[in-house]
Formats: sequence, structure tokens, C-alpha cells
Amino acid sequence: MPAQTADTTHSEVTSVEPVISVKNLNIYYDKFLAVRDVTMEIAPRSITALIGPSGCGKSTFLRSLNRMHEVIPKARVDGQVFLNGEGTYGPGVDPVTVRRRVGMVFQRPNPFPTMSIYENVVAGMRLNANRMSKAEADEVVERSLVGANLWDEVKDRLDNPGSGLSGGQQQRLCIARAIAVEPEVLLMDEPCSALDPISTMAIEALMEQLKDRFAIVIVTHNMQQAARVSERTAFFNIDGPGQPGHIVEMDLTENIFSNPREKATSDYVTGRFG
Amino acid sequence: MTATMSPPQSHASSLTTGKMPSWVPVAICVLSIVVGVVGVYSIGGFKWGWMAIVAAHLYLLLVTIASRVIEDRRQATDRAMRTVMTIAFTTVTIPLISVFWKVIAEGASRFDRKFFTGSMRITPEDMLAQMEGAQVGGALHAMAGTLIITAIAGIISVPLGLLTAIYLVEYGKGKLASAVTRMVDVMTGIPSIVAGLFAYALFELFLGPGTRSGLSGGVALSLLMTPVVVRSSEEMIRLVPNELREASLALGVAKWRTILKVVLPTAVAGILTGITLAIARVIGETAPLLVTAGVAQDINLNPFSGRMTTLPVFSYYEYVQPGVPPETGIARAWGAAMMLVMIVAVLFTAARIMSHALKPKGLK
Amino acid sequence: MSQPVVQEKTKKAPTSVPDRLFTRLSQASAVTILVLLSGVAFFLSVVGWSGIFGDVEGMSGSDTFLEYVGPLVFGTVYAATLALVIATPLAFAVALFISHYAPRRLAQTLGYVVDLLAAIPSVVFGIWGITVVAPLLSRNVYPWANDNLSFIPFFSGTASTSGRTMLTTGIVLAMMILPIITAISREVFLQTPRLHEEASLALGATKWEMIRQAVIPYGRSGVISGAMLGLGRALGETMAVAIILSPSDGYFWSILTNQNSNTIASNIALKFPEAYGLDVNRLIATGLVLFLLSFGVNMLARRVANSGFSGAAG
Repeated sequence: MPAQTADTTHSEVTSVEPVISVKNLNIYYDKFLAVRDVTMEIAPRSITALIGPSGCGKSTFLRSLNRMHEVIPKARVDGQVFLNGEGTYGPGVDPVTVRRRVGMVFQRPNPFPTMSIYENVVAGMRLNANRMSKAEADEVVERSLVGANLWDEVKDRLDNPGSGLSGGQQQRLCIARAIAVEPEVLLMDEPCSALDPISTMAIEALMEQLKDRFAIVIVTHNMQQAARVSERTAFFNIDGPGQPGHIVEMDLTENIFSNPREKATSDYVTGRFG
Repeated sequence: MTATMSPPQSHASSLTTGKMPSWVPVAICVLSIVVGVVGVYSIGGFKWGWMAIVAAHLYLLLVTIASRVIEDRRQATDRAMRTVMTIAFTTVTIPLISVFWKVIAEGASRFDRKFFTGSMRITPEDMLAQMEGAQVGGALHAMAGTLIITAIAGIISVPLGLLTAIYLVEYGKGKLASAVTRMVDVMTGIPSIVAGLFAYALFELFLGPGTRSGLSGGVALSLLMTPVVVRSSEEMIRLVPNELREASLALGVAKWRTILKVVLPTAVAGILTGITLAIARVIGETAPLLVTAGVAQDINLNPFSGRMTTLPVFSYYEYVQPGVPPETGIARAWGAAMMLVMIVAVLFTAARIMSHALKPKGLK
Repeated sequence: MSQPVVQEKTKKAPTSVPDRLFTRLSQASAVTILVLLSGVAFFLSVVGWSGIFGDVEGMSGSDTFLEYVGPLVFGTVYAATLALVIATPLAFAVALFISHYAPRRLAQTLGYVVDLLAAIPSVVFGIWGITVVAPLLSRNVYPWANDNLSFIPFFSGTASTSGRTMLTTGIVLAMMILPIITAISREVFLQTPRLHEEASLALGATKWEMIRQAVIPYGRSGVISGAMLGLGRALGETMAVAIILSPSDGYFWSILTNQNSNTIASNIALKFPEAYGLDVNRLIATGLVLFLLSFGVNMLARRVANSGFSGAAG
């Protein structure tokens, strides 16, 4: 079955260029095909959720969007990914440049342990900018921490180590770090799975706000979370162990959960497997 | 509160800004070598070392500049660092290769039967023959000495080290254990000559000054060998999963039997590896033996009295006191050195192979 | 009326004789280690005592012990520091190369090769040093350095033609301690949590930037502790120094000449076989000084290694 493309009737996608456009992407680890034939579009300033059972390749796919899957040796792709019209896998494209424009937040919060909160936020900026005056840096730190809903909690202790915060705060710190460099897209790989429910709520509320500035793609195991935060959802599945993962269906979130087209989708969202 | 977004940074710059084509580093490399060779030659002749140094620095400089121009500052730094690491690594391999090369090249001249079967008890006829340039004398006494003294060291340190390791892992929980662990750490740092002096002092107190014996040498070496055995055995025994111990105890097996029949066999590969490495470490020791076992010309098989030569001591003395003509002494020194290096390399490799091959399934 | 519950002290299960024997045996071994080590300090002090405080007239030369051991301590520290300064940056770079730059399959072989360097006996390094390194340097480097850099005190004096200088010794010692510093650094670099490396990469860092952000901060204290262990090894190194270095009495700063302060260990190796009487005691006393010196350095190394992982506690 060909992958489903966007149902354009109600959404903003009709008149706006997608920020990410994926065409027939196949992801290989050496000879093993991990994800097969994905075609999809991500609209700017929206939240897209990727759901599916474990091992179906959604994290692999997510990582291919900022070429992070390449940290595993012998990983490669077949197909194309476009970031605002430019191919990210074209000849002569350095993954480093892609990652400067597509940010990522990981499953387990990973602030740099030897850096303070302040230094963590500017870590990405320091890599990019030649020289930032203290005033500029201060402004970036405040802006990013405000944007991550963390400013009020840490504004008097910016010099404390980043690892001294609670789990939820650390994750918001990582989000602040990621958005400080003003990426075009923010990828989130199960960002709440290591957090308690209160922190999860905080992050979800944050995502609502961030959506005004960035396109967000979130991989989540938690279907209720996908239903709560996203406008569009893609359901990934895997036919069996050793088989490649693939997209079964992608649509407006409410359709996926209340009125899916594919039986596999409705089986998954109603909890019959997964 | 700033809600305005500052303008995105140069997102207009395409994803393909500046990538150095792959022929550029190669071209720069060739250029640097040529300049290095020609430049140094014209100043001082065929100085390979200087040529390499000049070429390496030139390459580093040029490739960094090129990267800065073609790509950007960050890529230039990345490339420069990669070059520095590679140059550093290459620099380190040169002495390594040189050592092996020299030892084999020089030592091969004494790869003969007399070397392996004779000692330095040389007859007057041999002395005359040596004057004429013949290779006389051998290292048999040194080989025997090495074997005996290392064996003594092993007999002392293996049980001592193993039992201590067992104590630290299986029994020790309190002050004694932490004191012992710290002491073992200290022992790993004892300078080898100090170990020799200790053995000398020990024997002097009980047997009078000037005592030289193989036993004394063995004691000195065991001081160096024990901490290695303790540390590696301890690590291996700790790796044995607790579930195995508990399963055995739950069956009603006594603790000591559990250790002997379950824990040790599981850890045996690692323990053997550790012992092999410990042997490799002490077999090449010279300094402690200079002050304990001394040096002899004859084969001495009695560790309790009399001087006993080992291979490294033999090599040392043949080099610094080669006799007449010096070439034959020096050749013997190299021959012994080569033998030593071969033994050590074999032991080392054997340890590596053991640790990979004998790993029990299911243990990391 | 309910009876108050009395907690009975749980009796230890009766242990058999072999069990208790085995326990005692392993305990005894542990104690032996303690005894041995204190023994070292004890015996050296006892026998070395007369070397320090004994009748100076009975020994060759007529210096006090302090006058005798002073230049030796200087030489020991000088040679070891020189070796450390040369070896540490190299070891750092090689460890990074093996852990992060070399292709995976090659990395294991490279690690093995560098570790093999550590197993080569010091007497072999000594003979190699004096037959290969010394002539090489004395022909190509020393004259040039002497001519052009003699305004710096390290390079003053008459350049040695045999190459038996402090610089040659320092270089060979550096080769000998390089493997241990590399091994420890490599271990630590390889243990950098994947999570932090990926955090860096996801921000768009180049490989070197990732190393600076994630790997080096994590591994810093490990490298330092490795360097200190290397220093400890260099302080006690005997044979290479004994063979290569041309020793003289006194304090010498130049690293290009044939006049050099000897190290404690090398001095013992050279003089002990022929020494007798109080001279022997004096040599043993210098050995005690060396023991204390390397003991101090090792303690420092452990302290740094244990305290330093604050960065990695995240």
C-alpha cells in the first residue's frame, strides 16, 4: 500500500510550503533495511506526532531528519529529504550544517554536566557565532529560557551546574539549548518518557507555545500524548521481527484516533496490540 | 520579556556552503612533502627527520588555511585537529617500529645454537677465538636464571595475590579491606629498584650483608608481581555474577566450596590472563636483580645461594662491560634483548588471545 | 495478655572447619600484604639509617646525606618531568585518535600495539636509546640547538657528541611512560556517555567541537591521573637512565651536555654492585627517599582520580 499523504482539506498545509518534505526515504544500517519507503510533509509551525509499537523505526526515521542516525557506522539512506526546499542528503552536504538548522531533544535529558545552566543554553550558540558579547549572550539565554518556560525557576541561579536540576527542569533546559540556535524544526524523541506526569504536563504545555515558532516532530509511545498535542499523526508499523518499519497511515490527529482508514491503525489506537 | 524572534541566522546560506574537494588535501600533502624534501636538502642534505617535520608542519598550516578559505572557520579547526591527532599517532609509531626493527636486526646475529646452549663460562681457546671475531658464549645460564627466579616470584605472588583478591571480593567488608586495597594501590607504584633494595635489606638483616641469591631476587620480583595479580584477579572475580554464588549457596554448598568450585572456574580465564601479564611485567626487570641476585658467568641452579643471572641483567652487563673485542659482547647483549622481546611479545599476545577466547559465554 | 516479642539474636550458621580455614587463609593473605608494605618502609629505614646518620668519614666522598641525595633528587625529578612534558600531549592525542578518529577495526589493533610498548623491558629501551636515539639526536639536533638556542639555559653548554644527555633520556623515558598515560586516557575517552556526545552533535557540532564539549570535560581528571601515574613510573625508572645518561656530581640544568645530575634509581644501579660498607647503607637510604617520593605522587594521583569525576556525575 502506498504511504498516505496529507489530507489537505482542513489544514494550513494547502497554501504553505512544507518545512520538511520526505520522498521515498529508505533507511539502511549496512545491508539491513530498517525503514522503508517513507513519504511525508511537515508543515511549518505545527506539531506532528509519530506513533507506533516499539521497534517500528519511528526513532530511526526521526533521526534521519537531522542525520543523527549516521552516528551509527554504516548507516545510509536511499531517497530524499528536503529542508525548506534544499536536499539534506545531497552530494556535498555536511551533516553538521543540517543539524544547525534542525534541533533535537532526546529521551533522557542530557545537559552538559560540566557546564552551568547559562553555559548549557549558549552551548549551541557558541559553536555558531564567532563572538558574542556578554550582553548578546545574556539576551539569548533569557530569551531561550523564557521560551522553554524555565526562566522564572532558574533566573537567580544561572551559574549553577545544569545537572543539579530536576528531571523535568533538565529537559526544559535541553529544550532551551535547542531553541537558542533558532532551528527551523525541533525534533523530540520521546521527550517525556523519563519524566513524571507533572513534568510531562509542563512539557506538553511548552510545546503548545513553541508551536508558534517551530515545526515540531515528536516520537511518542504515549498515544494519549499524541492525541493531546499534535495536529497531524503518522502511524508507523512493522510486519514482523527483522522486517523494515514503514508508515501505515498519516492524517489529522483526530482522524487517526477516531476514524482511521487502516485496520492496523485502528487496532493499534484501540490498544489491541502494541 | 522578549517575545520577538531575532532574525534567523544565515538560513539563507545553503546546506552546501563550502566543501573542500577531496583532491585538495592530497595535493597539499604532495606539495608539503616536496617543499620539505627540497628545502631541507638544500640546507643540510638528506636529513629525513627534519624533512618529515617540515613537511608535516607545512601540511598542517596549508590545509588549515585552505579549509578556512574554502569552507569555514569551524571546519578549518576540525580539520586542523584531525591532522594534529594523525601526526601525533604517526610520530609515536616511529619509535615503536624502530625498537622492534633494531632489536631484531641486531639480535639476529646471535640466533645460533651456541647462544642457546652455552653459558659465559668461556674456555681460553674460546677467548682467543673471540679475539678473532668469532661469536662465543651463550645465554643458557641467563635463561635458566630467568626461569628459576620468575618461578619463585610466581610461587610467592600467585597464591598470595589470588587469596587476597578472594578476600577483598568475597569476605572483606571493613577497615581491613579498605586498608588492603589502598596498600595494593601503593604497591603498584613501588619503583622496581626499591623492591630490590627491600629484598636485599631483608636478607641482609637475617643473613648478613652482601648476600646474593636467586631467592632474594624472587622475593623482590614478587613484590612487583603481587599487586598486578591482586588487581586483575579482583576485577575478574567481581565480574562473576552474584546469581551464580547465590544459586550455589541456596543449594547448601559451603562458601569456601562455592568459591573454589563456582566462582574461580568462572573467572579462571581472566585470572590466567592477569597472571600472564604479571609475568610479562617482571620477566624484563633488571634493577631489582642487580642488587639481589647479581650477575654470574656460570649456570647456577641453586636459588638459595650464589649469584644468578637473568636475561635482562645479562643483556645489561654484556652491553656496558662487553670485554674485548666489544662487538661480541654487544652482540650477546642484543641477542638477549631480542630473546626478551620475543618472550614478552608472546606472553602479551597469549594474554590477549586468552582473554578473548576463553571468555565464558554469558559474561561480558 | 500478649507476650512481648523478643528478638533473638540470629545465630550464625555453624561453619565447618574447612570453611573457617579458608576464611582465615584469605584473611591472612590480605594481612600479609599490609605487613609486606610496611615492611618495605621499615626495612629500608632500618638499614638505611646508618647511611643517613652514620659516620660520614666511612663513605666515599664526604658529603652529608643531604648533600649527597640533593642532586639525585633534582635529577630524578628533572628527568621525570621532562618525560612527562613530552609524553602527556602525545598520549592525549594518541588516545583521542584511537578512541574517536581511527576506524573501528583499526582502533583495537592500535590499542594493542601501544599497550605492547608498555611491556618492552626497560633494558631494551636503554640499549635502543643509546644506540639509535642518542647518535640520531647528537648528529641532527644538538649542534643546531646549541648554536641557535644557547641563550636559553636549557640549551647552553657544549653539545654532547655521544648524545648521552638529559634530553635523550627524557625522550626515551617519555616513550616508556606513554603507553600507560595513553591506556588510561583511552579508557576514559571511550567511556564518555553516548548521550552527551549526541547532545553535542545534535547542536551541529563538528567532531572536534563535540570532543571539546563532551569528551574532554568528562575525561579530564582521568587524563591527569594517568599522567601522574606515568610520572610515578618515570621517577622510578632505572635501567634506561643508567645506560643512556652520562652522570656527573652536582646540579645541571642543560639538557644538551654530557654533564647531568643522575637519578636516584640509576645511581643505585650503577654503584650498588661494587659498593660495600656504609656506602651500601647510604644507597639504601636514597632508595627510601625515592620510595617516599613516588608514594607521594601516587597518593596524589589517586586523590585526583577519585575527586575529579564531579563532572561526570550528571
